[in-house]
Amino acid sequence: MTDYRQKYQMTPVIGWLLKDRGGMILLGILIAAAILVPASNLLLPESSAFHVPTWMVSLLGKYLCYALLALSVDLIWGFCGILSLGHGAFFALGGYAMGMYLMRQIGDRGVYGDPILPDFMVFLNWQELPWYWYGFDMFWFAIVMAMFVPGLLAFVFGFLAFRSRVTGVYLSIITQAMTYALLLAFFRNDMGFGGNNGLTDFKDLLGYSLQSDGTRAGLFVASCVFLGICYTVARGITQSRLGKVLIAIRDAESRVRFTGYRVEYYKLFVFTVSAVMAGIAGALYVPQVGIINPGEFAPALSIEIVIWVAVGGRGTLYGAVLGAFIVNYAKTFFTGAMPDFWLFFLGGLFIAVTLFLPKGVIGAIPAFGSTDRQSLFTTWRKRRANEGGKA
Amino acid sequence: MSEAAAIQKNASDEEQVKSARSETILYVDGVSVTFDGFRALNNLSFYVEPGELRAIIGPNGAGKTTMMDIITGKTRPDTGDVLFKSEIDLTKLDEAEIANLGIGRKFQKPTVFESHTVFDNLLLACSGGRGVFQALFHRLSDAEKIKIEKTLVTIMLEDKRDEMAANLSHGQKQWLEIGMLLMQEPELLLVDEPVAGMTDSETEETAKLLRSISKEYSVVVVEHDMEFVRDLDCKVTVLHEGSVLAEGRLDHVQKDPRVIEVYLGR
Repeated sequence: MTDYRQKYQMTPVIGWLLKDRGGMILLGILIAAAILVPASNLLLPESSAFHVPTWMVSLLGKYLCYALLALSVDLIWGFCGILSLGHGAFFALGGYAMGMYLMRQIGDRGVYGDPILPDFMVFLNWQELPWYWYGFDMFWFAIVMAMFVPGLLAFVFGFLAFRSRVTGVYLSIITQAMTYALLLAFFRNDMGFGGNNGLTDFKDLLGYSLQSDGTRAGLFVASCVFLGICYTVARGITQSRLGKVLIAIRDAESRVRFTGYRVEYYKLFVFTVSAVMAGIAGALYVPQVGIINPGEFAPALSIEIVIWVAVGGRGTLYGAVLGAFIVNYAKTFFTGAMPDFWLFFLGGLFIAVTLFLPKGVIGAIPAFGSTDRQSLFTTWRKRRANEGGKA
Repeated sequence: MSEAAAIQKNASDEEQVKSARSETILYVDGVSVTFDGFRALNNLSFYVEPGELRAIIGPNGAGKTTMMDIITGKTRPDTGDVLFKSEIDLTKLDEAEIANLGIGRKFQKPTVFESHTVFDNLLLACSGGRGVFQALFHRLSDAEKIKIEKTLVTIMLEDKRDEMAANLSHGQKQWLEIGMLLMQEPELLLVDEPVAGMTDSETEETAKLLRSISKEYSVVVVEHDMEFVRDLDCKVTVLHEGSVLAEGRLDHVQKDPRVIEVYLGR
């Protein structure tokens, strides 16, 4: 009895974070990286063996944004069974919100020197700023929009989809359609988002030059901090009673309904939270890569996110982070060393993980064998036994 | 019979019908439903009194599960009334609303939350806040804990409390699901084939469990297994082709020639 008292009545946040071994390790690494990487980049001389070059800081920062994106997908897919193949859309929308702020920061330093209008609008002979560009000269407004717009889209889309009880593969297909529709829309010049070229040529953020080492280190630290915060929020959700309801929905949706829960509200909540996280990831990503264009809406990219999560280990949160790093490091390596080979590798990796590591890389490490602590071996043995039983 | 007496009798009949209706926990009247031209329920009418244990039997395709679907809001009837506690029209509500009114349903195939422990399964079913934010900030209260412990004893799973539901035997999953229904504090329990696939001793235990539950709640059991229905020792309704064929004690029903024909075939 006292066991349950301890289990459920401990000081909340600290209590459940301490029990989450993978999460503690992840947060530890993030804190260490947030201190060590910028320090070695800014303080150590370039000749030092421990010097982290600026390009590497930006590359790691980019991976962190991908990791946050993977985390947002794992929150809905791993814990609620919602397989979104359109999460890139929320990421890109967050990115565009940040891109619009960065565009307006350029001011009269653009090629055409117009103090208000971005270059592409001058090029298109536009006379004034479209109404939806108002406010983006303010940083706080852009940040709010980077979260609000993806959140609103997810809310409306989710409301319609979940209320109509669209689930499984049908939901996945309409999320693909959603991101594809946005891709086509953002390609159009008269949408007012720079069309094919997107938004680029950014100069500075809050007055700091985007080219300077200090700004890049700052963005890296911000990426670490936001990944840490979002991880904690996601863990808070999944360990609460709400999280248990989500897992229950994943496993037996109609049982949850007949138990008196409004399944659609729960899905809507977690889908919206996830989209907001994806939007934050996009907003952090754009200043670090220096461009946002409609390519980020590409359906293939959204599918790739799901592969990151599957590779790392679905339903663990930290596994998604690990998967994003593994796959993106491999991508950086292969697209550099043998570009033609990359897509074959990605496809092969997905097949291999599905067949041999159903719980991802994390699931193969016995200490992290997800919640029921099954090692790869016992999973495999159980599977064999089940197959034998059926035959 | 004189005219006056006839009128009086009529009036008293009406009153009886009325009072029967006002005393019912579940009142199903003239319900029909058609799927792609197949008439699953055909003018089905019956009622269940508060505190009653009722068995519903019938051959495959008699409409037993469809009837459950209609009562719990999964399927909408084409025509007919379904009233809960004589006044709440169930045909207008959805699954969650009906569940929160106090109607619990156990599925034919045991459906529990496999990746949760037995304890958490019961916790999730525990009556109380079903809102998203209530769930987000929920802390286990002592009252809930006591209730869960009590149910664990009732369903004979007190030593399996921390076991994953996936690791339970088939029969234990059925009990856990019944326990989850009890946690909802329902007034009416709908139990679909609770002993399918159970061993004999498990079947006996289940009959005992349902009989003891029916002291506190109204229970409707859909079942194939005649031995089990005999163990339940209650009023039986026989369904055939979507309507009621016979109703009464099991011995009485089993002697009905139409029931024999339906069960033994022509």
